[in-house]
Amino acid sequence: MSLDDLYRDVILDHYSHPRNKGTLDPADVVREGANPLCGDEIRLFLTVRDGVVTDVRFDGRGCSISQASASMMTERIKGQPVAEAERLIAAFKAMMHGEPPAEALGDLEALQGVRKFPVRVKCATLGWVTLEGALAEVGNR
Amino acid sequence: MGFPATIRDDFPILRVRVNGKPLVYLDSAATSQKPRQVIDALVRYYEEYNANVHRGVYSIAERATAEYEAARAKVARFLGAAGPEELLFTRNVTEALNLVAFAWGRSHVGPGDEILVTEMEHHSNLVPWQMLAQACGARLRSIPFDDRGRLILDDLDRLLTDRTRIVALVHVSNTFGTVNPVAEIASAAHARGAVVVVDGAQSTPHRPVDVGALGADFFGFTGHKMLGPMGIGGLWGRRALLEEMSPFLGGGEMISDVWMDHATWNELPWKFEAGTPNVGDAIALGAAVDYLERLGMEAVAAHEREITAYAMGRLGEIPGLRILGPAVGAERGGVVAFSIDGVHPHDIAQVLDTEGVCVRAGHHCTKPLHRKLGIGASARASFYVYTTTAEIDVLTRALLKTRELFSVAG
Repeated sequence: MSLDDLYRDVILDHYSHPRNKGTLDPADVVREGANPLCGDEIRLFLTVRDGVVTDVRFDGRGCSISQASASMMTERIKGQPVAEAERLIAAFKAMMHGEPPAEALGDLEALQGVRKFPVRVKCATLGWVTLEGALAEVGNR
Repeated sequence: MGFPATIRDDFPILRVRVNGKPLVYLDSAATSQKPRQVIDALVRYYEEYNANVHRGVYSIAERATAEYEAARAKVARFLGAAGPEELLFTRNVTEALNLVAFAWGRSHVGPGDEILVTEMEHHSNLVPWQMLAQACGARLRSIPFDDRGRLILDDLDRLLTDRTRIVALVHVSNTFGTVNPVAEIASAAHARGAVVVVDGAQSTPHRPVDVGALGADFFGFTGHKMLGPMGIGGLWGRRALLEEMSPFLGGGEMISDVWMDHATWNELPWKFEAGTPNVGDAIALGAAVDYLERLGMEAVAAHEREITAYAMGRLGEIPGLRILGPAVGAERGGVVAFSIDGVHPHDIAQVLDTEGVCVRAGHHCTKPLHRKLGIGASARASFYVYTTTAEIDVLTRALLKTRELFSVAG
């Protein structure tokens, strides 16, 4: 197992320079996620207008994989319809659970290497699982 | 310095290679490796005299019973117990502490009473007391620690009150490595009429322990951190306290006689050992105690002091690395938890793994401690009898490589 599979440049770049890091006030939904085993924490802030994710921020602390994955995620969903975000969540989770990507996921594919390190998969999916919960909250209103 | 390199030959796992590199096992605070002598004792039990204890009249059952009780006597002596009847086998420290919380706590702690713990407790010596406090309407209080991970005892007189029923504290911190002044705290606690419960998970394997001199009333330990197998540990308790306590679990073995509507209890220690015990692992724990006594616990402690001082020195050379707990030179157990600016502990442990180096990353089951420090997690290297300075050198090089990998991107 090579470290290069795990720490791809794009991942280290997002870790060092996270996109959309911070908070939103007001936000339509604030959702917290945590990985109780390792202590990684994330807070996700969303504004949603007419079924579109108009803005998104995240903060918290965690390893390079969880932070980079969350950063890439916010970049991908900002300005996208909620339905598209939900589709991406499903595609990303499928990829992390070993299914070949049904579509090109772009930079997110850099996270495929994490699959070789099973304990780190939960790091990669933390932001996405949190987003899934956040969108469900919005949908329930 | 330290033990002869030949003791490493006793540990079969130390010959394993990981990711093409020799295994550098620096997670002994999580679990220790096992010498051939312990593995052999376990295999011998299953291959030569596996039988249930305290019932069979046939030879191998008698031998199993004799070896099981001999192991108890060895462990009791090892801890300085007054006799083997004060030594109850449990699965681990967690079960030992829960036993005290239920069997002593539920009948001695009431509404308005207080339980005093410390801020550096492992979850196993915190959550059972939270549960007890909630169940009994008691109040949980805590002794704080300072910026070097030492307990602040200035306010001990205020924290201990006439309502304090239990003082529960860790002997050696699994995160800071702090060696707590248990005897001093126990003496103050006894003056208030409280019982003292000590978590000995990280002290029993690494230094001579005398439960009497510590002033403890209950003392929990676990076998797998002291060269023994997982699934066996124990609780030492003062005989008078154990005598008046009700059982923890009910079932076979713990009874004297049983009717359809009630039962009477067996004698100590079996009153607290319901069900078929973990015979093979208890016997192997006895072999682990034999092994440690051959090395000598003073020598074990001296080896760890040297290795820990060496590790503190080497890690101190790494820019941006912060060591948690007592400063260089202060007494500490064989654990060094640390953080590196800009590199998450998970990432540290991941990169070290590719070099064959095993360290722990996370909160080490001390979340409130990490929360107080304002960090989510730390990395931790921990040592034991087989740890060498050469392994610390491998760790140091691997940490420098880790820093490089992450600063390149930064």
